[in-house]
Amino acid sequence: MQYLPNILFALALFAGVGFFVRNIRKLSRNIKLGKDVERFNNKKERWKNMAMIALGQSKMVKRPLSGFLHIIVYVGFIIINIEVLEIVVDGLLGTHRVFQDFLGEAFYGFLIGTFEVLAVLVLVAVIIFWFRRNVANIKRFLSSEMKGWPKNDGNYILYFEVILMSLFLTMNATDTPFQEAGVGNVISQFIAPLFDGFSTESLHTIERVAWWIHILGILVFLNYLYYSKHLHILLAFPNTYFANLKPKGQFTNLESVTNEVKLMMDPSADPYAMPEEGAEETVPEKFGASDVQDLNWVQLLNAYTCTECGRCTSACPANLTGKKLSPRKIMMDTRDRLEEVGRNIDTNNGEFKDDGKQLLNDYISTEELWACTSCNACVEECPVNIDPLSIIMDMRRYLVMEESAAPQELNMMMTNVENNGAMWQYSQQDRLNWAKED
Amino acid sequence: MNVKTMAEYFAEGKQPEVLFWVGSAGSYDDRAKKITKAFVKILNQANVAFAVLGTEESSTGDAAKRAGNEFLFQMQAMMNIEILNGYEVKKIVTCDPHSFNTIKNEYPSLGGKYEVYHHTQFIQNLIDKGRLKIDDANLKGKRVTFHDPCYLGRANEVYESPRDLIRRLGVNLTEMKRHKSTALCCGAGGAQMFKDAEPGNKEVNVLRTEDALDTNPQIIATGCPYCNTMMTDGIKFKEKEDEIIVKDIAELIAEANNLL
Repeated sequence: MQYLPNILFALALFAGVGFFVRNIRKLSRNIKLGKDVERFNNKKERWKNMAMIALGQSKMVKRPLSGFLHIIVYVGFIIINIEVLEIVVDGLLGTHRVFQDFLGEAFYGFLIGTFEVLAVLVLVAVIIFWFRRNVANIKRFLSSEMKGWPKNDGNYILYFEVILMSLFLTMNATDTPFQEAGVGNVISQFIAPLFDGFSTESLHTIERVAWWIHILGILVFLNYLYYSKHLHILLAFPNTYFANLKPKGQFTNLESVTNEVKLMMDPSADPYAMPEEGAEETVPEKFGASDVQDLNWVQLLNAYTCTECGRCTSACPANLTGKKLSPRKIMMDTRDRLEEVGRNIDTNNGEFKDDGKQLLNDYISTEELWACTSCNACVEECPVNIDPLSIIMDMRRYLVMEESAAPQELNMMMTNVENNGAMWQYSQQDRLNWAKED
Repeated sequence: MNVKTMAEYFAEGKQPEVLFWVGSAGSYDDRAKKITKAFVKILNQANVAFAVLGTEESSTGDAAKRAGNEFLFQMQAMMNIEILNGYEVKKIVTCDPHSFNTIKNEYPSLGGKYEVYHHTQFIQNLIDKGRLKIDDANLKGKRVTFHDPCYLGRANEVYESPRDLIRRLGVNLTEMKRHKSTALCCGAGGAQMFKDAEPGNKEVNVLRTEDALDTNPQIIATGCPYCNTMMTDGIKFKEKEDEIIVKDIAELIAEANNLL
């Protein structure tokens, strides 16, 4: 019976990590439903981007207040995880503060002291975040796509963090030997007096309960990630690594179209020729994207990475002028649909069964797609280099090339380009007339 | 006006220094034609041997591509590339950031590889090489704000060339709150120029004009024919056309140098 806590701890850890790994596998499978795109080149630049943008938070601080608060929570999260390591070792071995002997009292005290200070700073930042989300009337938190689950999700994360930080401080405050040693209890020494008059046993019980709820809470939080916008704490790293490195104005040239156009323009090509035996089919089944499987895997990774901060939407000219388009909603819709497709695959023994739905129209309307000015403000704003514009463009391509469903005025513009090489109905023979005018 | 075509150069067995890609707006749109002419006058003043394609030029396909018509874009691109490569064009300058972006970034993988300059970059080079001087007396002290075209700024991170030229005019440049990488779009990009906006509570160009008005300018400088149209319309909407003018940087330089 002496080892019961160790066994329980090992089981909880195994279940928590195991369930998490299972979900990460699903996530990875879903992302791989996307089409291939070359993002393994230029490794040096990619590592640099990841170091600067994800690790270094360089784009977060473009908005100084939220950027600064975010860095506190982020640093707190990373550093306090060293404490989680100790908790795991203690839990498995049945030791108590195993790093204390290992690291020496002074250094250990310094570490724990730092964690305690960070815990308080995180608490303060999280409370400010809560006010910004719920009280401060900040437009980007009030958009229609933020109603219901997305809003609750944001708040749940904050509550989680408040609880975890409070438990961490309580656990330290009620640890009698730790308080008596007086090294590293920079914050908890002020909480300890709240427990004056408690017997040593009850203090010990409170400490144990706080310790257990703290680590179980962390395991629950770990598994909450997969269902939450909070996945960005993991995916920000691969997402910035695999992000587009080309100029933002450079849109992809569809290779399948290139082959077709070359054939059309080649005077020696025989349009009635049978394809050569075994020749690769050059025409893809679909031009552009109407569902998540038509997007590439980086676009799908983008969707899982999005933490719905709404900086993109708050910079979008269409959204700022009251149009329906919200780049954040494009990303949220893509993720929602991708998860729906994933669940479909799960229930149909690994194969997707047509559910009569798609990303286009069932999630993203054409009105949203046609409102985009392709200005790249959303791409520029995203603190983790998500590219909503590429999804909008791929869906426009589907609308135009598969469905001929462009707005009438655009059809006229395109007819003009086709007939006379300009967006307006002017003769190409008049192109140089300006030079003859005064 | 001294404008030679690529065909004329070719007939003489000569190569120009640079091909001036006029673009569809610069060729046909009355307002944009003024920018084209101002830039030609600057090229002539600096004795740049340039050529245009004239009737052999066709839409780059930018608007078609951004409207989703990749077929039409690539048809246009390949036709243009065939002509450009036929003339062995190496260097291209254009006053249109959309042509600039498309030829610079999207033509190479289709076989069109050129050195491409936006006219503000090209003029800056001329000044650096001592081939052109900007007279800073004519517009001295004017209050100017600059609207970054999306396809020059965010799309290609060219922020300094236009500003460098504006400073050389001797004017007072005041930045809008949203500028450079955070600049607000004029509302024309992504083929919006050619259609009505979706339902909303404001036109994008009006919002951007308000950004500009906050700086209390006498001149709104632009570097794109489409931005120019949008900002001009915005100023008219605000009934400020008597106090504020919208001009391309090429026009301002031509005016400063008494070329108009």
